Amino acid sequence: MSALQGIRVVELANERIAFAGKLMADMGAEVILIEPPGGDNSRNYPPFLDNQPGANRSLYFWHYNTSKRSVVLDLNLEQDQDTFKQLISTADVLLESEPTQRLAGLGLDYADLKPLQPGLIHVAMTPYGRDEPKSDLPFTDLTLMAAGGPPWSCGYDDHSLPPVRGWGNQGYHTGCHYVFLSVLTALLHRGMQGNGDKGQFIDVSMTAALNVTTEAASYGWLVNNSTVQRQTGRHAAPKPTGETQMQCADGRYVNTGVPPRFPHEFAKLLGWLRELQLEEQLPEAVFLEMGAQWQGPFDLSLLGSDDTITAIFSAGREALKLIARSVSARDFFIGCQNAGLAVGAINSPEEAFEDPHFIARGFQVPVHHDDFDATYTYPGAPYKLPASPWQISRRAPHLGEHTDEVLAELA
Amino acid sequence: MQQALAGIRICDFTGQLAGAGATKWLAAFGAEVIRIEDPVREGRWDILRGGEPFKPGQRGLEYGGGFNNHNTDKLGITLNLRTDKAKQILTELIKISDAVTENFAAGVLDKWGFGYEQLKAIKPDIVYVSNCGFGHVGPYHQYKTWGPIVQAVSGLTFSSSLPDQEPAGWGYSYMDHTGGYYMAMAIMLALLHRQRSGEGQWVDLACTEAAVTLNGPALLDWSVNQNPMRGETAPHSNRSQYAPMAPHGIYPCAGEDEWIAISCRDQQDWQHLAAIIAADWTATFDAQQHRLARQDKLDTYMSRWTLEHNKFELQERLQALPIPAAAVQKPAERIEQDPTTGNFGLWPTIQHSAMGEVQVDGMPVHFSETDWQMHHGAPCLGEHNEHVLTTLLGLSAQEVQALAEEGVL
Repeated sequence: MSALQGIRVVELANERIAFAGKLMADMGAEVILIEPPGGDNSRNYPPFLDNQPGANRSLYFWHYNTSKRSVVLDLNLEQDQDTFKQLISTADVLLESEPTQRLAGLGLDYADLKPLQPGLIHVAMTPYGRDEPKSDLPFTDLTLMAAGGPPWSCGYDDHSLPPVRGWGNQGYHTGCHYVFLSVLTALLHRGMQGNGDKGQFIDVSMTAALNVTTEAASYGWLVNNSTVQRQTGRHAAPKPTGETQMQCADGRYVNTGVPPRFPHEFAKLLGWLRELQLEEQLPEAVFLEMGAQWQGPFDLSLLGSDDTITAIFSAGREALKLIARSVSARDFFIGCQNAGLAVGAINSPEEAFEDPHFIARGFQVPVHHDDFDATYTYPGAPYKLPASPWQISRRAPHLGEHTDEVLAELA
Repeated sequence: MQQALAGIRICDFTGQLAGAGATKWLAAFGAEVIRIEDPVREGRWDILRGGEPFKPGQRGLEYGGGFNNHNTDKLGITLNLRTDKAKQILTELIKISDAVTENFAAGVLDKWGFGYEQLKAIKPDIVYVSNCGFGHVGPYHQYKTWGPIVQAVSGLTFSSSLPDQEPAGWGYSYMDHTGGYYMAMAIMLALLHRQRSGEGQWVDLACTEAAVTLNGPALLDWSVNQNPMRGETAPHSNRSQYAPMAPHGIYPCAGEDEWIAISCRDQQDWQHLAAIIAADWTATFDAQQHRLARQDKLDTYMSRWTLEHNKFELQERLQALPIPAAAVQKPAERIEQDPTTGNFGLWPTIQHSAMGEVQVDGMPVHFSETDWQMHHGAPCLGEHNEHVLTTLLGLSAQEVQALAEEGVL
């Protein structure tokens, strides 16, 4: 049994909230996507199947709408409003990201819907929350991120280059993560004994979600009014920190993470250096040897003041740099990890997708498209619940594909 | 106000942000989260305990600002699991818990004798959620990660960059925050399943795997069309990835390191923008295909124009049109000057036993019936030993004292 089997979700189509519906649908909730007669805009977003725009060819729409059914309703028409109310009376959850006054204007806001379904969990996700007029200004993922904080912390050591907004709707995703957390919390509450009719209205602010997803940028300010500054490929910090990104022999980059700091790590690093026959190219190799033979833990508070400890740690960094210049990013990743160092190759998304580790975990998932008579490979589960598994139960719906089916169920 | 998760008890070994962030959510909604720490290492497995930032004049194990931020309203006990008595106490605690949560390296809890099979033997319907970088299964299960490593391996670092530059990546552990969100989802999904079926389970969460899912359309473009994101130049992630929009970027404003983000969605947005720019060059970009085809040139013109303006004044003018525009806000601007965060109640003040009053990250949501609450800071080491052991496990205060003297707590 899927974890959310039997939970009916009505989602008012909006690119901002589509991901929350997908998270629920792939865990077994019955998600009904309500689209206006022309369909949701994101049906026309690239990339497209075979790079050709056209009906049902948007891979963007495919991804964000797996396991959902589509029903067309024009909520400006009284007849369709009645149908919507009927649907709500059978639903557990309403997900929407409408302008703040729209549903009230149509007589379809929480106050109107609650009497029809007391157990309804109505989630409204808006840029600043339902009570803030600024929520009705136009926003994109980029401008939400700028307002909410992430770009201030992301970019390069060179501050003549602009701050960077991370790719791929991560502002929307962060809001949607909080939508899903909220729904699960409200469902657990409603499922406790005697709470069957205890629905509620939940107000999710997208910029607030970003504000509390910036690590020390926010709590550093709250605790001691420190301001972090962006740095290339590593944490923004109040004071500059050492580089952690290196280019390898194949031109690709790695993140070296936390440099070696335990004797066994220095020992493994020295062993690897010898295996690669690079020891002679590292004048500091003698300090690696000292690090490997060090008795007990290093007193890190002496870094910078004790010459020996400082030299040993500096040799660790130099050894990593030398090895990185000599091997491919992948070999550097595997070699360091085998030495116990938390290091990462900077993969492109497709390289991550093809990585043997994720393939072995079953991350590549086939989804059949009857409409194109073909099976395509999708990204798989973010978590593995063996007793109530994640599953893509159907491809993204065509516009209004399930209108008749769903209306017949209501009749 | 009623608490949504009241009555749920979590036996919690999590730490850092990727784990502690998950149970922070549960505690804010009323779950009883009992955080277990190692007295021998003084809880230092969690590097945030005793780490910066500190309040002025404070420093040390009980004063870590990040630790406090991620562990609000949790109870804290110490158990030296090298001793049999501590293992017995843990066993009794698991018997009365709904879930066991941890984000150690794979296999650590198993080595202590509390792997899933043992947990199930102690409490058959226990929910066990483990969160580690590569998960407990697969060729890299022994490999270690931090947030930046998760981001690197999963594709998220690569896809955050400017062209002709190395990856910019994320200037914070996006995947420690987000890994915590997925862990909290996994805990609640498993609890919901148990609520409906009576059945527990072990959720093997791999933070890297959750991260890979966050580039969905790019992955489909690869698997379906064989279009890779790695090409001759690095991605320009300030541009619009999906809906065609131009200009779409982060532009410099007057002052040092001041920036504004602007997105022009369509022809109407452009006409509004061109009218206030009021310069001849805009005419050569009047058609959207010209703007999209010559974005580098367009960005150069845009930057010259934005540089003449204060970022907040320009934000006001552009939002009034309205077109999507927002200043790149610094922490102080978001927290102190932007009234929307404070109005939302986003920075509650909590009381910490050692640090005193501190403001922390609140939750970006409000529930009409069972909203979150934050009152207390992170627990000091073993702060709730007596409370938990006497009220939940029926020990006397003298017995707790004796256990502490024996080195069990």
